[in-house]
Amino acid sequence: MLSDITLGQYFPGNSFIHRLDPRTKILATLIYIIAIFFADSFLSYAILTGFAFAVILFSRLPVLMVLKSLKPIMIIVLLTLGIHMFTAPGEHVIFTWKFLSVTQEGLELGIKMSLRLMLLLLFSSVLTFTTSPIILTDGIESLLRPFKKVGVPAHELAMMMTIALRFIPTLLEETDRIMKAQTARGADFSSGNLLQRAKNMLPLLVPLFISAFRRADELAVAMESRCYRGGEGRTRMHELMYKGIDYAAFGTVFVLTALLAFLRWGTALCAL
Amino acid sequence: MSIDIKNIFYTYMRGTPFEKKALDDVSVSIEKGEIIAVIGHTGSGKSTLVQHLNGLLKPDDGQVAVDGVNLAGKEAAARKARQLVGMVFQYPEHQIFAETVYEDIAFGPRNRGFSEAEVDKQVREAMAFVGLDFETFARRSPFQMSGGQMRRVAIAGVVAMNPDYLVLDEPSAGLDPRSRNAVFKEIMALHQSRGIAIVLVTHSMEEAVKYARRMLVINKGKILFDGNPADIFKNHQHKLVEVGMDEPQVFKLAALLRQKGLELPQGITDDVTLLQMIKKAKGWR
Amino acid sequence: MISVKELKHIYTDADGNEVSALNGINLDIPEGEFIAIIGANGSGKSTLARHLNALLLPTAGKCIVDGMDTTEEKNLWHIRQHVGMVFQNPDNQIVAAIVAEDVAFGPENVGVPGSEIKGRVDRALAAVGMTEYAGHAPHLLSGGQKQRVAIAGVLALEPRVIVLDEPTAMLDPQGRREIVRTVKQLNREKGITIVYITHYMTEALEADRVVVMEKGNIRFSGTPHEVFSRVDELEKAGLEAPLAAKIANELRKGGVKIPEEIITDEELAEVLCR
Repeated sequence: MLSDITLGQYFPGNSFIHRLDPRTKILATLIYIIAIFFADSFLSYAILTGFAFAVILFSRLPVLMVLKSLKPIMIIVLLTLGIHMFTAPGEHVIFTWKFLSVTQEGLELGIKMSLRLMLLLLFSSVLTFTTSPIILTDGIESLLRPFKKVGVPAHELAMMMTIALRFIPTLLEETDRIMKAQTARGADFSSGNLLQRAKNMLPLLVPLFISAFRRADELAVAMESRCYRGGEGRTRMHELMYKGIDYAAFGTVFVLTALLAFLRWGTALCAL
Repeated sequence: MSIDIKNIFYTYMRGTPFEKKALDDVSVSIEKGEIIAVIGHTGSGKSTLVQHLNGLLKPDDGQVAVDGVNLAGKEAAARKARQLVGMVFQYPEHQIFAETVYEDIAFGPRNRGFSEAEVDKQVREAMAFVGLDFETFARRSPFQMSGGQMRRVAIAGVVAMNPDYLVLDEPSAGLDPRSRNAVFKEIMALHQSRGIAIVLVTHSMEEAVKYARRMLVINKGKILFDGNPADIFKNHQHKLVEVGMDEPQVFKLAALLRQKGLELPQGITDDVTLLQMIKKAKGWR
Repeated sequence: MISVKELKHIYTDADGNEVSALNGINLDIPEGEFIAIIGANGSGKSTLARHLNALLLPTAGKCIVDGMDTTEEKNLWHIRQHVGMVFQNPDNQIVAAIVAEDVAFGPENVGVPGSEIKGRVDRALAAVGMTEYAGHAPHLLSGGQKQRVAIAGVLALEPRVIVLDEPTAMLDPQGRREIVRTVKQLNREKGITIVYITHYMTEALEADRVVVMEKGNIRFSGTPHEVFSRVDELEKAGLEAPLAAKIANELRKGGVKIPEEIITDEELAEVLCR
């Protein structure tokens, strides 16, 4: 059944990572990503990896589940590793086969690049694992609000996301129902060539679109009659508020970033 | 000729925290030519049960056979057997997709592999059954018709597949009294002229009593009662109220009159009989 | 409170023809009344409902809500706060993916301070008996529960009138009972004016006054007793009278002396079993 699909990858919990303000988590993730690009030595990478795992442990998520989120990008990771290994120039040749050769520099670069990718994804999945999509939406809206003056429709984007989150399960159920109804009329959604299959989808897609439009229309009327008139003058039930743990979290990622920056440029600075 | 369900079990979202047992060891046979009402409150398992009748859901355990053909069996034969069972879902007008009424109704029969001549014949007959004039409506867009008319187009789309068994899930939901009665009149006419079995899924005891000779009461994934509606009401009234079923108006009124001393026979199931019996009891002509 | 005068509504259909949905409706709804509007599909009852909070505007005539003309733009938000609206499909009026967030939607729109919204949400959910579902996802609720959330969403705007447009059409009997009970309670306990549109006669029995519509006109109106005893006229309007009224009517036709205005089983039993 289609409704078996759980929405997003939110994993409910009550760890302090879960309780952080969504804005803190989004910003901290961004800072961490910047810190990743400061890293050049293996020590830096070790610190970053250690930090990521510490966060996973603190969030009390099943570690295996978080690691599984790497699966979809594994091909890209391997490709990155391969390309750097074989193409990066270097002096210390480890291994040669016909015209391909692997240098130590290439290998190191490859490992670092793939580590970057994996850490990036790992850390952002902790964000989505520990923050419900609804709260995440609130966070994004709040962070984008200052950019309204330059034309970023923060409220509209957030409202769209809210409605999407609300209606995805409903539309999935509907898809399931229409599919069954058409299957009962002898429709076949799985055989034939590509063109045939696309044509076979019409009895599913047409009713689905019509229903989605009808829902949109009715929802718009319902929203209007509940006095909706855009983001202007709108208040929120839960205003987001930074608390002590948020400042502590910010402090920690800043220290991390500073440490990595020092590891990269610090020795050069000391030498001056 | 019958649909035979033997010891089926079905669980939604198996292996997730949302796991829900919907059918728990259900066995029942539906004979060709009968009208059977399946009642139960929302979540009782009645919709899950009827979706097994044509293989839309596959039981976790147990088997379903249509006219002796196991639906889980060899592909070609099972597919044919499934097509003997027509299925009209709740709010069937939401499945309409074609540009014209004709094309939409022809979808099912074409999938069944009928020749164009046969398709044409089936579409015309089906439209006549649901009271849609062919000349007026065949070339119209179904999306510009009223809700009641669209419902008829959708029912015709299933009738045109010429099924031997027709399952209807709440066919009157959301219709006003006039359209409700009209839709049922058409379904009954279909039953009488073609002799197809009608499986009527409903929340309404009223409809069950009015139209069916046999009734299945489903509760918590099991068949609670199976038998003549009037008898079930007579013998198990309290249990029915307990599982959230409404007593039909006719029964309620008759029971009250009886209690107040009017001598009415048991088993009155429709207004006309009730009226006659009141007249008789009071000695009015 | 609400005053509809010579209200006409003409719209253009898909084929470009002008269709008259309402041909001069006159209706006054005093504060605190529970009024049921019944009629077959296409009788104009939903169109009328949509005029009451300015979702539609009159082609001719007037609709006055709380002393304000619905055609005047500046009154719009006041009118919509004053008259809440609940629709047929419970799925298509819930905006947020969490019950409490959805109930907060209305007050947020009109700029109620955040600290006050929480209290409003709690009160609204309590009034419809959905407090324990505040943190639930709407799509996992039953139809009746969803519809009660929708009512709470309207209540949170603290309206004086609630218009319900066939709120039970898509619900099972259990859900229908929940809604009727809730609506009655809001009317009796909070004094909220209720405009209840339906084609289920048993639900209209609970009203103070019933208005029968057919083809864009009000055919007749009165107390449930006055209206539902007119069995033949109801049938002509595509509606059905309660069983007791039908039996009484048939007996009367057969020459038996049965008093008018019999609509409930008890009343009929009283007359027949004396």
